[in-house]
Amino acid sequence: MPAPRPLRDIAVVAFAQTDHRRTSDELSEVEMLMPVLHEVLAQTGLKTGEVGFTCSGSTDYLAGRAFSFTMALDGVGAWPPISESHVEMDGAWALYEAWTKLLTGDADTALVYAYGKSSPGSVRDVLTRQLDPYYLAPLWPDSVALAALQAQALIDAGHTDEPALAAVASRSRASAAGNPHAQLRGPVPRGGYAVRPLRTGDCPPVGDGAAAVILAAGERARELCERPAWIRGIDHRIEAHGLGVRDLTDSPSTRLAAERAGVFERPVDTAELHAPFSSQEVVLRKALRLDDGVTVNPSGGALAANPVMAAGLVRIGEAADRIRRGESDRALAHATSGPCLQQNLVAVLEGDPR
Amino acid sequence: MSKEPVAVVGIGQTKHVAARRDVSIAGLVREAARRALDDAELSWADIDAVVIGKAPDFFEGVMMPELYLADALGAVGKPMLRVHTAGSVGGSTALVAANLVAGRVHGTVLTLAYEKQSESNAMWGLSLPIPFQQPLLAGAGGFFAPHVRAYMRRSGAPDGVGSLVAYKDRRNALKNPYAHLHEHDITLEKVQASPMLWDPIRYSETCPSSDGACAMVLTDRAGAARSPRPAAWMHGGAMRSEPTLFAGKDFVSPQAGKDCAADVYRQAGVADPRRDIDAVEMYVPFSWYEPMWLENLGFAAEGEGWKLTESGVTELDGDLPVNMSGGVLSTNPIGASGMIRFAEAALQVRGQAGEHQVDGARRVLGHAYGGGSQFFSMWLVGAEPPAS
Repeated sequence: MPAPRPLRDIAVVAFAQTDHRRTSDELSEVEMLMPVLHEVLAQTGLKTGEVGFTCSGSTDYLAGRAFSFTMALDGVGAWPPISESHVEMDGAWALYEAWTKLLTGDADTALVYAYGKSSPGSVRDVLTRQLDPYYLAPLWPDSVALAALQAQALIDAGHTDEPALAAVASRSRASAAGNPHAQLRGPVPRGGYAVRPLRTGDCPPVGDGAAAVILAAGERARELCERPAWIRGIDHRIEAHGLGVRDLTDSPSTRLAAERAGVFERPVDTAELHAPFSSQEVVLRKALRLDDGVTVNPSGGALAANPVMAAGLVRIGEAADRIRRGESDRALAHATSGPCLQQNLVAVLEGDPR
Repeated sequence: MSKEPVAVVGIGQTKHVAARRDVSIAGLVREAARRALDDAELSWADIDAVVIGKAPDFFEGVMMPELYLADALGAVGKPMLRVHTAGSVGGSTALVAANLVAGRVHGTVLTLAYEKQSESNAMWGLSLPIPFQQPLLAGAGGFFAPHVRAYMRRSGAPDGVGSLVAYKDRRNALKNPYAHLHEHDITLEKVQASPMLWDPIRYSETCPSSDGACAMVLTDRAGAARSPRPAAWMHGGAMRSEPTLFAGKDFVSPQAGKDCAADVYRQAGVADPRRDIDAVEMYVPFSWYEPMWLENLGFAAEGEGWKLTESGVTELDGDLPVNMSGGVLSTNPIGASGMIRFAEAALQVRGQAGEHQVDGARRVLGHAYGGGSQFFSMWLVGAEPPAS
């Protein structure tokens, strides 16, 4: 059952992102974020003090310190005081919180930003700390090993094979050739096995990056943007944590979120999927019923750049930009969190009829 | 376009203690959630979405614990959001959940906040060395003590006011079965004789470290009509943030706190908080913050807050009771502390606060703050539905 149409029309009216890079040693998180904030505000002409609500997504575990987001807030320039909140999640969920805030009518515009620097540590090790702290985390199963379990389950079920996975990776990086922000572009070798059956080419690059979006409601969106990307529906769902109780070849949470967001009511022409591993695109394509007529990850997706905590928000921004540029009329954007696609968010974005 | 009214129909919390070694983190949060559902006479299936909050992940050593806790909170197949706004997070989490109802995204939402500080070492979690940044190395008390001293100088408050607050809150806690500290032999003299930790803050004027969780069931008008017990209605709610450190910051009475309160009062139609609000649950981790926040929240003129405290106005039987539950001074599972303030405010207007109930409490303010006094979240709840 699709959710009722939102009470207010809310759109993405601006998007900015960093060039995602393997390392950014010379920059603090705030320094990495600042140009993105300036750019997204400049696109609309809004100033910090004119934005109705601000929400961010990040994680202390990448920063290696508690309350790391407080420093980023100083970069926003919260003076005079602003209405502001933070989710310890990918920025796509910060956008969701901002969307609900605009729905209440308490604000007409929102600034959403997210950032993550994976380079200072081993992100594979860091992400193990997401797992059940008593039974699983002490074993340190890393994110690539868990994704490999999922990939092997897909191969065993006959949903894909290694050449097909290589084709996903190759297509993504070929698309990324046209994306100046991407980290890996053009021909990338399949490489040796990272964790069988996943090769290095099936895995996302490790990198640093930030992204920001501005949302606006109703007429305000039209004032700020020539062709706003209207959020027709957005929903997110979570699954059980234990991998043993999930069918790793399927993503019921993605399917349910897509239903609630209204994805299946009419075909989409574009899909930006947050699939850090080539095998996860296979799962998502099935759950979202995407056929070959849909342009999937024209940006290159997370296989071309995967700034942890920002990569989901980047998907929404990339989909919105396609609409704003007139390259898409109805696009789907997806974000994920947790091991093996545990939590998934789906948004449907549309441009005004032409 | 008008917002959907938001009602609190279920409240649950754990008995807060220094260490809950008998339960996992999942067990702890489920206990509070189960109690909130029981209070609302609802089942897990009645919940449309879950919004969870806690203070830094380093406090328990679990990154983004909502992933692990999805099963324990009945969230599988549902939307689950995780909020983190430092010490104000418990309040912010409730407000994010309230927005889901107010914006008509969901009908009934479970919101929960927790901290299981015994799983790790909070001081360590706050003290990770970061290159190129000035470490604080003073603990929270060391950060706030100079601001208390500044307040005393500015207002001319006598030295003993802080002890009065601690003595009051610890006595109030004796009437709250969920409070962490139950100091049955508490006396004012004992508070005054406790060791000086960060001058002027004494040991007995500081909050404990607690394990605990607090949960609420928020619902729309239709949900409230089905509620077996009285609902608490949200009349206003707001968050405000300002930078941590800058030359123009007033640490004694931050502008973000004033603006946040003003926004809540505007929404709720409160013209004079001292007259229009019956009681307050405010975030007082160090005793002197009661008079300071009384001024910041508009209950007293600048420099006059300590006089309300000294004259007994904020006692449980006073004209403006503050921290009827015993407050943060008696119970401090950090991530949950803000939500406990919000929940205790709701308990009061529902008439469900038991021994620490204030007679005739119709409109009560819940208040939370965090970081270096830079994040604020507040709500005002009433016994009657909002007028508009």
